[in-house]
Amino acid sequence: MSDPKQAREAYWKKNRSLITTLLLIWAVVSFGLAILFPMTFNIGKLPAGFWWAQQGSMFVFVILIFVYAWRMDKIDREYDVHEEE
Amino acid sequence: MDFTNTQLWTFAFVIITFGAYLWIGYSNRVRDTKGFYVAGQGVPPVFNGMATAADWMSAASFISMAGLISFMGYDGAVYLMGWTGGYVLLALLLAPYLRKFGQYTVPDFVGERYYSRLARVVAAICAVFVSLTYVTGQMRGVGVVFSRFLGVSITWGVIIGMAIVAFFAVVGGMKGITWTQVAQYAVLIVAFLIPAIAISAKLTGNPIPQLSFTFSDITQKLNQIQIDLGFAEYTAPFQSLSKLNVFCIAMALMVGTAGLPHVIVRFYTVPSVRAARYSAGWALLFIAILYTTAPALAAFARYNLINTLHGTPIEQARQLEWVQSWEKTGLLTLTDKNGDGKLEMSPDAALSEIKIDRDIIVLSTPEVAGLAPWVIALVAAGGLAAALSTAAGLLLVISSSFSHDVYAKLINPKASEEKKLLVGRVTIFFAVCVAGFFGIHPPGFVAEVVAFAFGLAAASFFPIILLGIFDKRTNRQGAIAGMVVGIVFTAAYIIGNRFFGMPAFLFGISAQGIGTVGMVLNLVVTLVVSRITPPPPEEIQEMVENVRVPRGAGTAQAH
Repeated sequence: MSDPKQAREAYWKKNRSLITTLLLIWAVVSFGLAILFPMTFNIGKLPAGFWWAQQGSMFVFVILIFVYAWRMDKIDREYDVHEEE
Repeated sequence: MDFTNTQLWTFAFVIITFGAYLWIGYSNRVRDTKGFYVAGQGVPPVFNGMATAADWMSAASFISMAGLISFMGYDGAVYLMGWTGGYVLLALLLAPYLRKFGQYTVPDFVGERYYSRLARVVAAICAVFVSLTYVTGQMRGVGVVFSRFLGVSITWGVIIGMAIVAFFAVVGGMKGITWTQVAQYAVLIVAFLIPAIAISAKLTGNPIPQLSFTFSDITQKLNQIQIDLGFAEYTAPFQSLSKLNVFCIAMALMVGTAGLPHVIVRFYTVPSVRAARYSAGWALLFIAILYTTAPALAAFARYNLINTLHGTPIEQARQLEWVQSWEKTGLLTLTDKNGDGKLEMSPDAALSEIKIDRDIIVLSTPEVAGLAPWVIALVAAGGLAAALSTAAGLLLVISSSFSHDVYAKLINPKASEEKKLLVGRVTIFFAVCVAGFFGIHPPGFVAEVVAFAFGLAAASFFPIILLGIFDKRTNRQGAIAGMVVGIVFTAAYIIGNRFFGMPAFLFGISAQGIGTVGMVLNLVVTLVVSRITPPPPEEIQEMVENVRVPRGAGTAQAH
């Protein structure tokens, strides 16, 4: 990481691939499991599609944001672009 | 006048909570524009999360959403996922970068990134339009809560609400609004949870609604009852909306959420980029507490209502106190149509002897569950908190769009700090009056207008902010062309479909879901036009580079 421009590009690439992964999960739990392919086996006593649509997707959304914030903390430090305290 | 016990409790709660809001607004009064527009950028992430949650959850989320779900069953999930999933987009794609950019408004970003006063003005007009349509419903909500619980007329209810909001918004600006919203979040979440926990414990023995919803057999029993009565199963998908519409509406609401100016602005108020990311997580956590409870409440209340009323002799039902009081409001109608003395519910509206307004689901739960009068009063205070907090956030956007983006940036850039602050205060006061006027005289098309607000935010703001950060090559020509195509297409489809009887010609996609198509059009047009016109100037590309890294957010603040 001698060249600052290269380092920045590597940082941005890492950020983008993290975003892509998390948004993929976001799409699967909402549009995939709850809308396009609702399954009928039970989670607890609710049909799986219904549970993902009215409960599960929202839990995952919350987790995704915290995972992003936490991972970015590390990536920011790794590339030395974090904010001064 | 003589008051019932519940009304006395309601008066007490309203006076205590309103007093608290006024006191918080006054003790957070501001002296500069930075305090007025972005709360001095000093709000800690957890509290900004609470304020965002209160800002986001409106009278509709609090009062109507659970009822809506209870009538739509599975398909009600469009609102649940649509109004939460957008925060993931916001947290990953927009909020951290907009915080780094660090000015006061959404039009600020659009105007500077696309080096265009025209783009700024268009963005400011969109922001005002979207926020104004939204705030109207909030003011109405305040009036409705007042009239239902206290017997005050809707007009007076709206006027009282206006006076409260005007005070803490004019004096405290964004800072006053933020800390009031934190208090309002506490009031509304407690008010929502207590009845939900009570009905959950009563029906299933398990007080945690999310758990009892998943693990008790209430929903299975409800499915059986629905089938016996001739309805579809409660958990059967795509009964009230087609699969394509569920997809498009959920997407339009998510993208629209991420593009709504009053939501985005909340992330300008935190101290750093890092705080913006965490703050989005806290906001969604606080929202999800209500949003994962609502579907449980919806199923439980539906089960309980049908179970209590269906097959019951009408005279016996009328002896229940809550049946009496809700029949009086006209939200519950019982008629013995076939004269057999018993109430029967049916999917056929002409035969059904029980007619339930969807607002009853949340509002009547405490009485149905046999809770003390003070809980009912608390629900009223919660509904008011939800409406007032959302109204305040929207009013600030309306004010800043004019006083900052139009007045301070275009009309009189040399205005002194005091002058700018004064203009901000005057416009927010004016905005309160306009919102109050529409609250007292609501236009007859509020539902259409909300579809419009989300569709417009999805088709205009979201794509150009996203590309403004993630695609350096996007230039002024592309952004303007994309916005115009997105807005014109979406607006024409909604207006044509809702007001001029135009069929939903695009695969039957409804007005609520068309924003998804508008967004895609905007993205494609922006990308294509940007590629065939000259790249943006060097300094703009540098600005984009700079927005992408967190360091320096503290110093790169607004001028």
